Amino acid sequence: MDIVVALKQVPDLVEELEINDEGTGLDPDVLSFVLNEFDDHALEEALLLKEETGATVTVIGVDTTGELDQALYTALAKGADRAIKIVGDFEEGERLPIPVMARLLAGALQQMTYDLVFTGVQAADDLDGQVAPMLAALLNVPHVGVVTSVARVNGVVKVQKEFWGGITADLEVDLPAVLGIQAARQAPRYAPVSRVRQAMKEATIEEIEVEDLPEAPVAPLRRMFIPEVSGRAEILEGDEATIAEKIVDILRERGLIT
Amino acid sequence: MSTYFVIAEHLQGVLTETTFEALGAARNLADATGGQVVGVVLGHEVSELAAQMAAADKVLVVDHPSLAHYSPEGYVKALEPLLQEHRPRLAIFQNTAIGMDLAPYLAARLDWPLVAYCNALRAENGAIVTTSQIYGGKVMAECRLDDGPAMVTVLAGAFPADDGRAGNSPSVEQVTPSTLNGLHTRFLQLNEPETGDVDITKADVIVAVGRGIQSEDNIEVAEELAQALGGVVAASRPVVDAGWLPRTRQVGKSGQKVKPKLYLALGISGAPEHVEGMKDAELIIAVNTDPNAPIFDVAHYGVVADLFDIVDALLETLEK
Ligand SMILES: Cc1cc2nc3c(=O)[nH]c(=O)nc-3n(C[C@H](O)[C@H](O)[C@H](O)COP(=O)(O)OP(=O)(O)OC[C@H]3O[C@@H](n4cnc5c(N)ncnc54)[C@H](O)[C@@H]3O)c2cc1C
Ligand SMILES: Nc1ncnc2c1ncn2[C@@H]1O[C@H](COP(=O)(O)O)[C@@H](O)[C@H]1O
Repeated sequence: MDIVVALKQVPDLVEELEINDEGTGLDPDVLSFVLNEFDDHALEEALLLKEETGATVTVIGVDTTGELDQALYTALAKGADRAIKIVGDFEEGERLPIPVMARLLAGALQQMTYDLVFTGVQAADDLDGQVAPMLAALLNVPHVGVVTSVARVNGVVKVQKEFWGGITADLEVDLPAVLGIQAARQAPRYAPVSRVRQAMKEATIEEIEVEDLPEAPVAPLRRMFIPEVSGRAEILEGDEATIAEKIVDILRERGLIT
Repeated sequence: MSTYFVIAEHLQGVLTETTFEALGAARNLADATGGQVVGVVLGHEVSELAAQMAAADKVLVVDHPSLAHYSPEGYVKALEPLLQEHRPRLAIFQNTAIGMDLAPYLAARLDWPLVAYCNALRAENGAIVTTSQIYGGKVMAECRLDDGPAMVTVLAGAFPADDGRAGNSPSVEQVTPSTLNGLHTRFLQLNEPETGDVDITKADVIVAVGRGIQSEDNIEVAEELAQALGGVVAASRPVVDAGWLPRTRQVGKSGQKVKPKLYLALGISGAPEHVEGMKDAELIIAVNTDPNAPIFDVAHYGVVADLFDIVDALLETLEK
């Protein structure tokens, strides 16, 4: 069984974000990138399946940040067998619309053999949907999103999909299929720095060069902005002891503590 | 006349709250533009649900045994020809575990633009202007859909469900689904939520911890504080995914919806998926080192500080 995992870097949301002068995206100069957390789960689930079934795991990404190598080498260090990056004339850090991203990935996948494609369930940075369902539509294969476990049973996979309020469903899906992974069955493994360094020395990242961006219907962005601070919390100031007293006073006033 | 489609969602025979919110959003757009609202219910023996979509002018019911349980494939196969035929000005899906499956798939199949994560929609000189909450709630994006057909997914809690519930009984029309044979996705079973040691939906006081708690060992200090306040500990998704607390303690989109008298959010950024589950708490106090964390937009009181310092100080003050 061949599993392909799509990896995407997203701006680190703990940092302060700034909008570029055109109001069309984030200012790339002040961005630091991290692997989308759900992709880490997607990779983990793929590696678990590799251990259970001897599947091969290929990681792939559209390099829009110029920094994807780091994520790919880390995946190799964790146990992925092969890494591919799709490169082209994308401006670094520019927001590539998801329908374009999905078409780039679909183009690459059509040249490969795969039984399962995993993506993270979503990335917090996009505006126009998720890659996984679009990819499935373009590849004409079934898709299930918000998946929290995948097991191979008799030539098909059994997946668990989450709804809400803790309700889940078990579904059986024929291969090939695209799955949007919300969480792996266990917390994602950690790659020791030494292994990542070794991967950087020994492994190669294959490249797929794209000449022209594919045409796709794209939501016409008017502007991006940082939300106004209306309805913002009243900030309690002072040292810790003062703040603690203020909180306790508020709770007392409301009869929450006596 | 502009037509606004609303794709209903239901589980276990009940329409979701977000379905009514999406209906409310559609009704308000239709009233502003002189359009009509068409609800779509997919399932098996679901006419009763169609009648509940009060704010719709018309409801299309796609009834088929293969749709008795939700499967992404069954739903998209049934919806694609329907959308193709009607080409609505706007098809409104919900940003939920169901709508997230459907809208992008159909957008790619039909080559229609899709705007996700909408928390506001308004008509403006014939265009529909959308506002979306992206980057975990830290950035807003405005798009302008000049003409249709197009699609959106709407965030839970952003539109008035009451407007979706108000109205006369819509006319109901049965639609024969196109072929649903040979699906590659089969429903096996629905699993009820686990029941755990505590039911966080019943607690008056919740001390909720996020990734800022940093490690499993640190859960203990939150427990201590919860005990001192007579409450229980809950968590954001990453804490549960890491295995530091059971799934039953998760607040948010895929976890529980809570409405306690006090929600103390420690080291939680306030992503829309978390906020969905706790924004109706009577009193929200948030502690976060990041002054720009979106949690401060829903909290009543905020503290920009290290959560461990504040928890220690609180424990000391409460002891006095
Ligand atoms: C389909 C779907 C469903 C989801 N369902 C849910 C759900 O039900 N519930 C849920 O919570 N999430 C859910 N999520 C995930 C959600 O998108 C966010 O990833 C998640 O809520 C982030 O959790 P967090 O705030 O704990 O972590 P982060 O976003 O990483 O935030 C951690 C915060 O802690 C602060 N911090 C760090 N150290 C300290 C310190 N020492 N003191 C104080 N503050 C500190 C940081 O500034 C940061 O703001 C879902 C996502 C998807 C795609
Ligand atoms: N540029 C990309 N390269 C590789 N994978 C991507 C890319 N964009 C999105 N994906 C995949 O699709 C998932 C969902 O992201 P998104 O569709 O952007 O919400 C990500 O977690 C990745 O697995």
